Amino acid sequence: MGTLPEPFARWFAARGWRPRPHQLAMLEAAEAGRSALLIAPTGGGKTLAGFLPSLIDLHRDPRLGLHTLYVSPLKALAVDIARNLLAPIEEMGLGATVETRTGDTPANRRARQRVQPPQILLTTPESLTLLLSLPDAGEMFGSLARVVVDEVHALAGTKRGDQLALCMARLSKLAPGMRRVGLSATVAHPEAIAAWVAEDARAESVRLVRAEGGAAPALDIVLPAGRLPWGGHMGLASMPEVYAALKTAGVTIVFVNTRAQAELCFQALWRLNDDNLPIALHHGSLTVEQRRKVEAAMAAGKLRAVVATASLDLGIDWGAVDQVIQVGAPKGVARLLQRVGRANHRMDEPSRALLVPANRFEVVECRAAIEAVVEGQVDGEPPRPGGLDVLAQHILAMACHAPFHPDDLYAEVTRAAPFAALTRRDFDDTLRFVEDGGYALTAYERFRKLFRDSEGMIHVRTAQVARQLRMNLGTIVETPLLKVRLRGGPMLGEVEEWFVSTLQPGDNFMFAGQLLRYERLDPTAVIVSPGGEGEPRVPAYGGSKLPLTTDLARRVRAILSEPRRWRELPPPVQEWLRLQRHASELPPREGLLVETFPHRGRWFLVAYCFEGRLAHQTLGMLLTRRMERMGHGPLGFLATDYVLAAWSAFPPEDVDHLFAEDLLGEELEEWMAESSMLRRSFRNIATIAGLLEKHHPGQEKSGRQMTMSADLIYDVLRKHDPQHILLRATRAEAAAGLTDIGRIGSLLARIKGRIRHRALDRASPLAVPALIEEGREWVAGSAEDALLAEAEALVEEATGGAEHFTGTLGLGALPSTPPRPAEPGRRRAPHRRARLGAG
Amino acid sequence: MTFPFPAGFPSGNAVEAMISAPLHLAGERLALDPAGVLFWPARKLLAVSDLHLEKGSHFAARGRFVPPYDTRETLARLTPLLRRYAPRHLVFLGDSFHDAAGAARLPPTERATLRQLLEGREVTWVLGNHDPLPPEALPGEAVEELRLGPLVFRHQGIPGNGAGFELSGHFHPKASMATRCGAVTRPCFMTDARRILLPAFGAYTGGLAITEAPVAALFPRGGRAFLLGKERLFSLAVGPMKHLAAALSRTPVEPTSPA
Repeated sequence: MGTLPEPFARWFAARGWRPRPHQLAMLEAAEAGRSALLIAPTGGGKTLAGFLPSLIDLHRDPRLGLHTLYVSPLKALAVDIARNLLAPIEEMGLGATVETRTGDTPANRRARQRVQPPQILLTTPESLTLLLSLPDAGEMFGSLARVVVDEVHALAGTKRGDQLALCMARLSKLAPGMRRVGLSATVAHPEAIAAWVAEDARAESVRLVRAEGGAAPALDIVLPAGRLPWGGHMGLASMPEVYAALKTAGVTIVFVNTRAQAELCFQALWRLNDDNLPIALHHGSLTVEQRRKVEAAMAAGKLRAVVATASLDLGIDWGAVDQVIQVGAPKGVARLLQRVGRANHRMDEPSRALLVPANRFEVVECRAAIEAVVEGQVDGEPPRPGGLDVLAQHILAMACHAPFHPDDLYAEVTRAAPFAALTRRDFDDTLRFVEDGGYALTAYERFRKLFRDSEGMIHVRTAQVARQLRMNLGTIVETPLLKVRLRGGPMLGEVEEWFVSTLQPGDNFMFAGQLLRYERLDPTAVIVSPGGEGEPRVPAYGGSKLPLTTDLARRVRAILSEPRRWRELPPPVQEWLRLQRHASELPPREGLLVETFPHRGRWFLVAYCFEGRLAHQTLGMLLTRRMERMGHGPLGFLATDYVLAAWSAFPPEDVDHLFAEDLLGEELEEWMAESSMLRRSFRNIATIAGLLEKHHPGQEKSGRQMTMSADLIYDVLRKHDPQHILLRATRAEAAAGLTDIGRIGSLLARIKGRIRHRALDRASPLAVPALIEEGREWVAGSAEDALLAEAEALVEEATGGAEHFTGTLGLGALPSTPPRPAEPGRRRAPHRRARLGAG
Repeated sequence: MTFPFPAGFPSGNAVEAMISAPLHLAGERLALDPAGVLFWPARKLLAVSDLHLEKGSHFAARGRFVPPYDTRETLARLTPLLRRYAPRHLVFLGDSFHDAAGAARLPPTERATLRQLLEGREVTWVLGNHDPLPPEALPGEAVEELRLGPLVFRHQGIPGNGAGFELSGHFHPKASMATRCGAVTRPCFMTDARRILLPAFGAYTGGLAITEAPVAALFPRGGRAFLLGKERLFSLAVGPMKHLAAALSRTPVEPTSPA
């Protein structure tokens, strides 16, 4: 082939463009009636490559009805693409109709779209699920010729991706001739992504098109002029350097890793902003209007810089971005490439990016990341199998669409890659769960949602079921959020509820780029006023942690263990490593360094295993279990890719025994089941599966509303129905967050007799970064009761026995203190925190 | 300091290890049990509050199939306590069922278990806001409040001094205690010289912090909380909460459901 038909060729030529090879290859795949996956770096003309075949087909054979469905993970992306698509359609006079369909689409347009759909519809996985649950989905999608899934790499392997894969299986049934197109950034596992796109879950069924790589990005590390901090992930010490870099470039995106960090960096930059440069803030907790305003200003070229979180990661076209600055460690090569790709949306020019490590460890991490980029090695895990909670939601949605036979639906869902290995037993149990809860005790027969007719077809029992499904649709489970409103003014965004619970009226916090004073909580929002004095706090968000990839951990270990490679590192980092050698020692290449030290009333144990997060997570479970048996009173642990840190009420002793080879013999099942990790999984699964009401922001705090604590349900279910499908799903999900025991076994064997235990009186230089990492897990042992007894005895001692409880309450004479508010996020076992929902 | 109990309880029972705390109210000696129940030895009376039986089926009827084992679990927790204290008189302090139709929804097995537990005892159902009607087809007397000697049992405590020496439930109190590793939060008894607020006993019941206005209104001068532990209670002095009680005028007296 090699050329475009008219008027496309003319339109390209008029712009001085030539179709790129991958655009032509995608067209060829379409002509051959094949589904295709395009893997291209940012700026490769990916979206146009995805749409060209549709536009050409519609031009050759104009026909009414839905022709192409475009699905993107971001609402904003759908809107943005619509804008970018309308221009060429108009300029070529194609006359094709393009519309979006998201949660924001007005009701009248939604109704009209069902009767009279556009030729090209742009939507999100959630809106697609909703459309497919409607009785008339067959009419709407019957004419579909193509589905284009954008940013496949961000969807495959997530629950939203599971949901979309199931929807595509249904689309293929409604429109048997339909072909699929996946658009993806560079990924570590292209075959798995191809299988995800395929109609039959086989990578071979999809034509894989790769855009040739553009120019290698130019990456540099920037260090602060003053001292490089020991710890912290905020990178504020480097803001003068960041500001200086902003001044030299036209438009800069300053990427950070968390929303809290975004707030702080934004503030710091404005304090330095003597030139009054237009610098804006963009993160997922700000109101939609605010974000749209920033995006529009950015596209219009009115901004010099935006401080942004992952909310700007995906490929919205922001116009010309000249420079990307990553503050804090990039945490993964694929993510770094994606972010760096935002600068210079043209493949033939190198993207320019600066890496600004926030602490000494991050310098090593940045160095490792640059090394991986240079070698062209992309990291990442292959997509995990689909979740049964998502399947439960899908089954209900399909029943709302039309009656089905279980055999047919099973055949259909197993054609979706995430569910290709789904057993019939799991499918049937999930179906039973949707019907009546699927409990061993058949108590809910009369409340069932679905019923079977004499031919075995499954029907929805009442219209109420469909209404409830729509309320619960989607796979994103938010932690409870509260809106923040300026007194007598506008809404600023949302913060997590637990953060608000730690505030007293008059406290300050930083949010939406402003210093705010907490006034009160009214039923719908947190009321704040501008200003305030004293050290402000910054809301943290549970979902903001980014795990480091295993490949980077390996690279970091290699750099640390070879002192002659330290020369690649800046002097402060070399000094840091020397200090570590002085205060403790460096992790040996063979064997294992274990440090123990007291810190803030707790005892810490840090093991420098460098086995990656999954292995450390498993080891954390095993180790805390053993610590519990040995009476150390473990409270929790944190698995990073480098280290395992566990903390306990009492000092850990006999470290050799803690890490002895028989550690693998520890009885884990009960211990794990009690952990925050499984409780969290269960809460999400129960919500997605429709057991619990989904959190709807704003609606929550009505006070009287009935809610149920997932933790209480979990405890009861575990005791009385341990094989229930939701518990099996919970264990399966947790297993994906752990590693195989074999890897731990070989670690334990390798370090046997080579454990270097250092009992320190404070945290070592190398341990500092781990102490401030997010992603902590709690374990439920006997420590809490021991601590309560201790605290009670302390009061008794301090008051000379005056507080001794003698059996009579003579309270008036006693000095008494009000109970202190908890310190959430620090030390409040999540299952306790969740024990709230009262009747 | 332990309350002396006759020996000879069945062995292999978790309750056996538990230590209850003695407490005097209006001159009567009472015992608070770490399982969250109260025993009055002189009357051989056991009080238990907020069972919320059949909460699971209440949700199921509204399309949320939460596990149907809550009644079974709650009764299983109550059984060893009845064995231990062998009360002559059993007082349920209200919200024993999650809704007025709850008793009618009891599955046959659970109904039989409950009847067996009640058999041979005097049973008082103090009515609560969730269960304003006497439970269907179950033995016992349903009352708005129960007065015995100097004590009065009611579902929801009445603020002020006119309430009498009061035992109540309704609020599902919980408290946080500072320890060197941060605060630990547990369901609790809340007490002062005039009243005792009992924790919720049901398997599907959460809690309301004692510092929240509705609870604070009952204890404006503070008091003492007893946090439930695995084997014993932990005592915590609570300072005056007048400032919190003041907020009450704006807040309806109803346990909120924060989570």
